[in-house]
Formats: sequence, structure tokens, C-alpha cells
Amino acid sequence: MGKASPVELRYRWLYKPLLHLACLVPLAWCIGGATGLPHVPGLGVEPARKVLGILGHTALNLLLCTLAITPLRQLSGNAQLLRLRRTLGLYAFAYAGLHFTDYMGIQGFSLRAIIADIAKRPYITLGFTALVLLVPMAVTSTNGMIRRLRTRWRKIHWLIYPVAVLGTWHYWWQVKKDIREPLLYAAILALLLGWRIVRRQLLHRRAGLPQLGKEPQP
Amino acid sequence: MGSHMLIRRPGSICSSEITDERHFRMRRDLLAASFGLAVGAALPARAALAAAAAPAAAAAPKAATPVRNARYSTTDKPNSYEEITTYNNFYEFGLDKSDPARNAGSLHTKPWSVAIDGECELKGSYTLEDILRPHAIEERVYRHRCVEAWSMVIPWLGFPLADLLKRFKPTSKAKYVEFTTLRDPKQMPGQREAVLDWPYVEGLRIDEAMHPLAFMVTGVYGRELPNQNGAPLRLHVPWKYGFKSGKSLVRIRFTEQQPSNTWAVSAPREYGFYANVNPAVDHPRWSQATERRIGQGSGFFAQRVPTLPFNGYADEVASLYQGMDLRRYF
Repeated sequence: MGKASPVELRYRWLYKPLLHLACLVPLAWCIGGATGLPHVPGLGVEPARKVLGILGHTALNLLLCTLAITPLRQLSGNAQLLRLRRTLGLYAFAYAGLHFTDYMGIQGFSLRAIIADIAKRPYITLGFTALVLLVPMAVTSTNGMIRRLRTRWRKIHWLIYPVAVLGTWHYWWQVKKDIREPLLYAAILALLLGWRIVRRQLLHRRAGLPQLGKEPQP
Repeated sequence: MGSHMLIRRPGSICSSEITDERHFRMRRDLLAASFGLAVGAALPARAALAAAAAPAAAAAPKAATPVRNARYSTTDKPNSYEEITTYNNFYEFGLDKSDPARNAGSLHTKPWSVAIDGECELKGSYTLEDILRPHAIEERVYRHRCVEAWSMVIPWLGFPLADLLKRFKPTSKAKYVEFTTLRDPKQMPGQREAVLDWPYVEGLRIDEAMHPLAFMVTGVYGRELPNQNGAPLRLHVPWKYGFKSGKSLVRIRFTEQQPSNTWAVSAPREYGFYANVNPAVDHPRWSQATERRIGQGSGFFAQRVPTLPFNGYADEVASLYQGMDLRRYF
């Protein structure tokens, strides 16, 4: 490895800490609201539900941010952006986990009710599946794992695509009436996935390769 | 948690039991003010309405302090005034539950009139004062169960819906009653979006509407009804999910055919016409077996309590639905 380059140092001591701070804001917001911290608006008369929305939104936002890194890198030509991807992904997982924990609390931590809910309610099934699929990615996110797993790592982390689709779908299905916001999420997701497909087709055409390449690109 | 709690001997009536002193005092001031208003508005009443009204009640002022109707009041702990007035589903003022409290200031409830229409003898447009004059206001502590699986306990002020409906002499063709909420996007910012098919319309079968539990609400916690709770006149049908109880009503129509209701039109698989609280019939997207009692519990998580058939009012209303398949007529 040798000496860290100035770019590496900037990421390590500036960009990453800033990213950590930004990712912690929604959580701090929830905790501040729940504990009645001054200058933080309260969470209303049903705090757990309010928090459920904040955590779920944040998880989905971070998931889409994670997916935005690759297109941004390709557009800007700045490969350093990749350094932020793992942090974003892990926070997305953490928020999804907290979201689910809060949901369990709302169900009174009744395992029977939760299992029945997951089995019977399609939108809960979707959300829960997304959370489960995040686990192998989180577990294999360490440098050691990346080195050890090599190409299999890529295959595992291809799961980000179904997870993002399931997450957006989960949000869409639980909305009672006004689907404008889930629609916006779906549009952004379509853009992020569409970018990859179109780009791959173009690259393959230019290279005169078969149109359906096998190499995934998380 | 049976319906035994509904039946209470009189004598246990005391609003101060549930109303904290601040609100109690405010109520006194408010009632005094509203009597002044009622006297001031004692314009020549419509002859037909006056004839239909109980003659004594029309002239005499209302009871000095609304008395708690113990027979129809639950002994469950009521929610706070703040909870009741800041957590509302009233899409006319926004989709978030905190939106109505924030946005409902733009609603003008004075003057207000209600159109009475359809299969009845005394059709016409009535001022709110005409509507309210003959009725003695009483307090009823009702359980309120939302289709979204949360619930509250609310000390409403109001009078039986049946007493109001009978005044307009519904004909034998009046099989249903339809209730329409105000539609005015200028006053109701939520209506600028086509989230629902405005105006909000709800309906009841006539025997449901005439049931003594069906309640016309004019106030809460001894005070005038805040706009976000459906001022100046709203319904509460406590054995049905909350969406059956229209707010800020401007029209009551007696019909021969079953009226369509807004949520059933919007999502027929999820919301029916009857919408009786039923723990055995789940919403397609969530269970109705239990409910989150707002304000009870750890302070963060609302307490989960079992949902009762007909929201605990089964002894009173189950007979209305004898022989009906409540899975089909959800």
C-alpha cells in the first residue's frame, strides 16, 4: 500500500466523516424528537409510526444513493466515488434494520403477529425479503471478504438490484392513496437501473460483442 | 373489555373526571359565549322546521352544562385534547395526520348551512342554528376505531342523529342516508389534489342512522369542535371504522338506493359500504385483530389492545346485521 495519497487522505479525513454525519442526521432527528430535545420538532401523538416512516424513507434514500454511485462515477470519471459506496450501503442496511425493529415494536413485539403479518401481507413480505437480502451483502462488505470472495463477491452484491426494487415496491404498496411519492422513487430507480442497461448495450454494440454480457456491475 | 363497560348507572357522571381543569374552565366560558350567539341568531325560524321541532326545546335554552350520557359512554380512559386534535385523518386538509391541525384554520364555519334533500317531506337549506336549536347537547365518551388499526377514546358533545333526521320527516322510500362533506378547495387545500373524488361522501342504512348510538357531533371535551375534527357538524358512528363518519357536513340526503361512499369508490377491495369494526375480517393489507390505542403504552409504542366486534358495541348493534355475511359486506 505504501503512503496514502492526498486523495485518499481527503476521503478518509473529510468526505467520509462528513458522510457519516449526514447519514446519522435522520437517526439523531428521531432520537431528538422522541426524547423531547429542544429545537427538534416532536414526533406527534404516535411517535413510533412517525419514526417508522423516517427510518423507512432513509433506508430507501440511502439504497438509491448507493445505486447512484456507479452512474455518477461513470459520468464524472471520478473513480474515487467508489470509496463512499460501502458506507452508504451499510447505513441503508442499518436503517432498514431499525425500521423493522420499530415495526416489531408497533406490533407489540408479538412474534406471532409479526410472522402472520410477514406471511399474509404482501407489502410486509416484500419489505422483509428486502431486509433479508441485505444481510449477505452487509456480512460480506469487509475488505477481507471482498478479497476472499473475488468474483463471488460481485454475484452476492448483485442483490442490491432486487433489494432496491423490493424496497420501492414495499413503499408503493403500503401507501393508502397518494402514490405520488412512491412514483417518484420508482422513477429514480428506473433511471438508475435503466442507465446501466442502456450503457451496457451501447458498450457491447461498440465492441461488437454479444448484446447480453454476463458480467454484473453492482 | 366487553360491552359491559357501556352500561353504567347514572350518578357517575362528572366531566371533571376526564376533563382537566384548564379545559373545564374554558368550556364554561365557551358555553356562555355560544349561548349569546344562539340567542342572537334566534331569527324567525323556518315555519316548517319550527313545527317539526319539539316546541318546548325550540324556545328554551339548552341544558346549562352538557351532561354525560353514562349509558352510552365507555369508561376507558379518554385521550388528551391534544391527541384528539392533532392526530386526524381529514384529507381535505392534507394527507399527514398532523396536517389538519395545521391547515384547517382556513375553514370558515360561520355562517354554515346544511342542505336536506331526497326522500323526506321537509327538504331545504337550513342554517346551522336551525339544525342545532331543538337539540339538547350531551356528552358521550366514545371509542373511535380507525380502519388503519389505531384507536382513541373521545369525549364528544352532540346529540343523537336520529333526533335530527326525524325532524325532516323521511318518507317510506328513505332506505339510506347520505352525508356530504363541504367541497371548497379555497378553504380546503387538500382538495386541490385529486387524491379522492371530492366531495367526500358517506352513507348509512336508515336503521343504522336511526340507531341511538349514531351521534351528531358539535364539540369535544366540553368545547366547540375544532375545524380539524370536522367543525361545525360531524358524525360519529362508533361501531364502524372512522371513515364512515363524515366531517364538516353540508348535505344530508335521504335515498332509496344505497349511496356510494368515497373510500369504497376509491378502493373497492379495501373499503366497503358497511365498514363495521370487525377483528375477524382483515383489511387486505393489514390485520384488524388488534389496534394501537393512541396515548396508551410506553410513550413511544402505542399499546396494542384487541379489537372488539363492532368496536365493543355489539350488544347494541349486532342485531342490525342479523343473517348478513359480514365477510362479504365488510
